[in-house]
Amino acid sequence: MSIKGKAYIAGIYEHPTRLAKDLSLAQIHAEVAKGALEDAGLTKDDVDGYFCAGDAPGLGPMSMVEYMGLKVRHVDSTDTGGSSYVLHVGHAAEAIAAGKCKVALITLAGRPRAEGMATGTVPRSRGGTPTPDEPFEFPYGPTVVNMYAMCAMRHMYEFGTTSEQLAWIKVAASHHAQYNPHALLKDVVTVEDVVNSPMISDPLHRLDCCVITDGGGAIVVVAPEIAAKLKRPKIKLLGASEFIKTQMGGKVDLTYSGARFTGAAAFAEAGVKPSDIKYASIYDSFTITVLMQLEDLGFCEKGKGGAFVADGNLISGTGKLPFNTDGGGLCSNHPANRGGLTKVLEAVRQLRGEAHPKVQVKNCDLAIAHGTGGSLGLRHGSATVILERE
Amino acid sequence: MAETKERKLPAPATSPETQAYWDAAAKGKLLVKKCTSCGQAHHYPRALCPFCFSDKTEWVESSGKGTIYSFSVMRRAPVPYAMAYVTLAEGPRMVTNIVDCDFDKLKCEQPVKLVFKPTDGGPPLPMFTPA
Repeated sequence: MSIKGKAYIAGIYEHPTRLAKDLSLAQIHAEVAKGALEDAGLTKDDVDGYFCAGDAPGLGPMSMVEYMGLKVRHVDSTDTGGSSYVLHVGHAAEAIAAGKCKVALITLAGRPRAEGMATGTVPRSRGGTPTPDEPFEFPYGPTVVNMYAMCAMRHMYEFGTTSEQLAWIKVAASHHAQYNPHALLKDVVTVEDVVNSPMISDPLHRLDCCVITDGGGAIVVVAPEIAAKLKRPKIKLLGASEFIKTQMGGKVDLTYSGARFTGAAAFAEAGVKPSDIKYASIYDSFTITVLMQLEDLGFCEKGKGGAFVADGNLISGTGKLPFNTDGGGLCSNHPANRGGLTKVLEAVRQLRGEAHPKVQVKNCDLAIAHGTGGSLGLRHGSATVILERE
Repeated sequence: MAETKERKLPAPATSPETQAYWDAAAKGKLLVKKCTSCGQAHHYPRALCPFCFSDKTEWVESSGKGTIYSFSVMRRAPVPYAMAYVTLAEGPRMVTNIVDCDFDKLKCEQPVKLVFKPTDGGPPLPMFTPA
């Protein structure tokens, strides 16, 4: 069974805040849920499926279903880090196709900025019973940034990728972010700005990293018969795939991500190919994340990502593959340190024709959204969805 | 940039499954788990082979020789340090640090050798230094 054509994205919402000192975590989840349901033209009483991940308080679905006063018959709290919400879109479609729910609500919220979290630069133990890997990793000081940096270092070694090429990814994101009134970083930056920003962990500079923001977002996925009754553009799910990439027992290969598998599977299910895609939302925790995923999804050959992203090729209106036209995680928003949900949101805006006019892709009828969660250099969850405007 | 100040390293959490690894570390030896069914070595160590799922795994002593697969010098830390994956002569690549070296001269595929560094109240950690 395929999920192709079995579910539609009917509602989306992104919280405008980037600093949520005066909001509780549960409150942000509820506010984004309300926003997405209103966008769809639905109410909370229509919701019969609920999806959340590790950013939700307490026991996830149990805590949030109660807080929001929902009555649901299907829940899923699969946590693959920042990619969870892309994966949830696929799981929601599976549940809808199997008749387990008709209106699936997915929420994300977090307040790492208000809490003063040193997101990328301090090694963190999860506490409690250690994961099996923890004794062999945590004492060495793995951080978010240095593990992604090792992927960049190896990519440079094997393929000759340069810091200037990586910088083009941030430059493109900044060109888009200037039109997003909610973006944390609205200034257009140059390649020189990126490579001259302070080195955080070689070879990644400060401007190779995404922002740290509070906020969240929500997505409403519905059955075809519900979508038909709503007054919103119909955004159909064509393909979805997920994968967990590991250290493979010590056969570590940092040159590719799980996108190699999720991209191939999602494109096959959708019956389209990378060259058909008009707009791409690509997870952008760091510049290197984007570069590797573009290669792995098939937008260019492995090792040629540096040349592909250079010279503005990702800038809407200029380049061949407009990406992250909201400014992405690199400039606009990376709520809860989890950027997957906002990737789906901008893909839906593009397909609806509701992106900012300065970055809206003409005749945008086919888009991809891809997420990477966890650590690209340790173990990560990849998820891809391919969406079409009907 | 030469390493000057000493980092304080947290003690690894030990478990019955991996106690032998840490006992050996305390004696200055690095152990690798090898499967007697499929013949492959793996890391981090498990009771069941992650390649063939056999429970016939045994500890073998590493030669302590390896090469840097990748690395990154964490500049933004109170005491900068070099994260790395080292490819052991026995096969597996392991998360580690490169120490006692000029960080600016590190390179991928550079030969390295085993050293141990003390932790805060636990067994020492296997690390590597340029050979």
